[in-house]
Amino acid sequence: MSETEEKKMPNVTSSPHVRAKDDTQRIMAYVIIALMPATVFGVFNFGIRALLIIVSTIAASVLSEYIYCRIVHKKNTTRDLSAVVTGLLLALNLPSSAPIWLGILGGAFAIIIVKELFGGLGQNFMNPALGARCFLLISFAGLMTDFSDYPGFQDTFGGATPLATLKAGKSVDTMRLILGNIPGTIGETSMIAIVIGAIFLILMGVITLRIPGTYILTFAVFTIIFGGHGFDMNFLVNELAGGGLMLGAFFMATDYVTSPITPSGQIIYGILLGVMTGIFRFFGSSAEGVSYAIIFSNLFVPLIEKATIPRAFGIRREKKEKKAKEA
Amino acid sequence: MSLRTFKGGVHPFEGKDLSKSKPVKDLLPKGELVFPVSQHIGAPAKPLVAKGDTVLRGQKIAEAGGFVSSPIYSSVSGTVKGIEKRRTATGDMVDSIIIESDGNFMEVGFHETEDVTKLSNKEIISKIQEAGVVGMGGAGFPTHVKLSPKEPDKIDYIIANCAECEPYLTSDYREMIEEPEKLIDGMKIVLQLFPNAKGVFAIENNKPDCIEQISNLIKDDEKLSVQPLLTKYPQGGERQLIHAVTGRDINSKMLPADAGCIVDNVATLMAIYDAVKLGIPVINRVFTVTGDAVCEPRNFRICIGTSYQELLDAAGGLIHDAKKEISGGPMMGFALYGLDVPTTKTTSALLCLTEDAASEYEETACINCGRCVDACPEGLVPSRLADYSKHGQKEEFEKWYGLECVECGSCSYGCPARRPLAQYIKTMKKQVLADKKKAAAAAKDKK
Repeated sequence: MSETEEKKMPNVTSSPHVRAKDDTQRIMAYVIIALMPATVFGVFNFGIRALLIIVSTIAASVLSEYIYCRIVHKKNTTRDLSAVVTGLLLALNLPSSAPIWLGILGGAFAIIIVKELFGGLGQNFMNPALGARCFLLISFAGLMTDFSDYPGFQDTFGGATPLATLKAGKSVDTMRLILGNIPGTIGETSMIAIVIGAIFLILMGVITLRIPGTYILTFAVFTIIFGGHGFDMNFLVNELAGGGLMLGAFFMATDYVTSPITPSGQIIYGILLGVMTGIFRFFGSSAEGVSYAIIFSNLFVPLIEKATIPRAFGIRREKKEKKAKEA
Repeated sequence: MSLRTFKGGVHPFEGKDLSKSKPVKDLLPKGELVFPVSQHIGAPAKPLVAKGDTVLRGQKIAEAGGFVSSPIYSSVSGTVKGIEKRRTATGDMVDSIIIESDGNFMEVGFHETEDVTKLSNKEIISKIQEAGVVGMGGAGFPTHVKLSPKEPDKIDYIIANCAECEPYLTSDYREMIEEPEKLIDGMKIVLQLFPNAKGVFAIENNKPDCIEQISNLIKDDEKLSVQPLLTKYPQGGERQLIHAVTGRDINSKMLPADAGCIVDNVATLMAIYDAVKLGIPVINRVFTVTGDAVCEPRNFRICIGTSYQELLDAAGGLIHDAKKEISGGPMMGFALYGLDVPTTKTTSALLCLTEDAASEYEETACINCGRCVDACPEGLVPSRLADYSKHGQKEEFEKWYGLECVECGSCSYGCPARRPLAQYIKTMKKQVLADKKKAAAAAKDKK
């Protein structure tokens, strides 16, 4: 009797009493792993300077979150690794010629202004990395679009990124585009490296094809109709592989926090992204359009979710029956 | 035989290997047994005995308190020690009849029926009602009510719920392996009531031996078939099971009978056989004692009313400290305050775990990943419903179909932010339903 009384009382909680392995930290770690091929390729492509930018941007992001949490007496949330993902994504969206302080400024802006001031992880309505990128693009346009330190930049590409070359009406070697031996931001150039990471994320169940699939498909259709080249396979592949489309579609449009949670909403969101990117690229003044398309579409997410509340299991049947009864 | 399933669901660690291979052991209790008068959905039963009365095993000690109610029988012979409030496995204090067993297990006479096929429908249902058969999978809905739908001719499927999708539980499995004929005969009795119905044994494919054995036994019967199901939680949920077997969907406002189905689980069909063929009321059931903290996990055929502590002792007690003790499975079971609670008709397991994931993790911010949406077998958006619950937004909660929740816990299970989503939703659901009840009562008063 005394033995059972001495025994510590067991925990009492509401069911379920077991949990799956994946937590937020692990999911973020998967995303970091998935970004490694693009990161390694970026360093290989642009040299050690790229690595410096990546490391300093990540450090700035994580430090910003830590300091912010200290100042406002919030629980330190850096352990969830989401700040690392933000810093890495932002760095991959910077040109390797950018000064180090640009990445640091961007990282701090992403975390403090775009994420924490809106309530921290899960509350921000705009993708932090992209919000910061667009802030930098507008504020430091020259530094952000200077791709001149790429080896052989002037000779091979005439001083422009592939998309700018395309926009000027010239063609680009498709194979180089797919492999990534081209100027551009650190992480966006290699379609292959990005797709390898994306396949990993899909296999690990972190993302589905709903958003990136509809995004890329919609953009391809838009390109064929409005791109001005008709069904030109070469042009199409260049448009898909060039610019930040692949990186944006698989790693930034799929950002959980800033995309719809409803399955049909994700499809609508993907279509919206495709159309926006097309409009910005073909009718806008800049060759790029992915970042703007994504942060712009972020604003529509609450609306999309409201319009796409999924019908619960077994509900349709009832409605039909009701109608049948009324008739 | 193609594999069927439903949309959504999760794959928790099965843990069935702990207890599945050992045969069911009969366990005769000592000392005091406790019989709560409410072991079913509906009105509590009314005690027929008083302090000091002697009772026999199989004697009715409480009669049904109405049509939607069920009588209760003593599982031992002995003396009534009193009627008092006792804590049950769900944590409630319920009026209970306490009987001190004399250790002799003297039985009342049970009257076997020679030829069940000669019984009329009315006789069958009354035997089931009289024997106190209720849904023994956990819901405890009186079986005679379930078997009396408005239009019996429209029932075309009797589904034996052999999914046993809750992790760790193996009582249905053991019964299917050890007494498949009894299960099939129980199904045949139910089929007798419904001339247009086919009987389907719906079994998850993690039990291939059961699928094979039952298929072989019923191969000459045109009305019976086996439907293998994909192993996935909550495959044994009534709505999910009906969808998997028939492709028909029902919502929270409908009964299985509205889709032409009646679903009974393994233990219930066994109890129907006992009641109709053998004339034995519900006094025993098969019960799993398992978990990584238990010395010798296995199944027992218990006398209903035996305490959880006695069952744990019979399984060799604990070898490790149990952080959590659960009545039922890990997904929908109830955490226990202590083991001094009685087994009832609807309790199927005692699970003692050395780890308690539910209280180990801290709730963090929702990252909107949508895993709860993918996991929800009802097609809901649990993370939103949890927010509406937190903020008391009842209208939004209903608009997002919160009342359709089946409380399976799949959302909480998969949530990477470790939010207790199901708990939030259950809480709000209770409030909304209570409001509705109040409003309905108020409307009635006005009239």
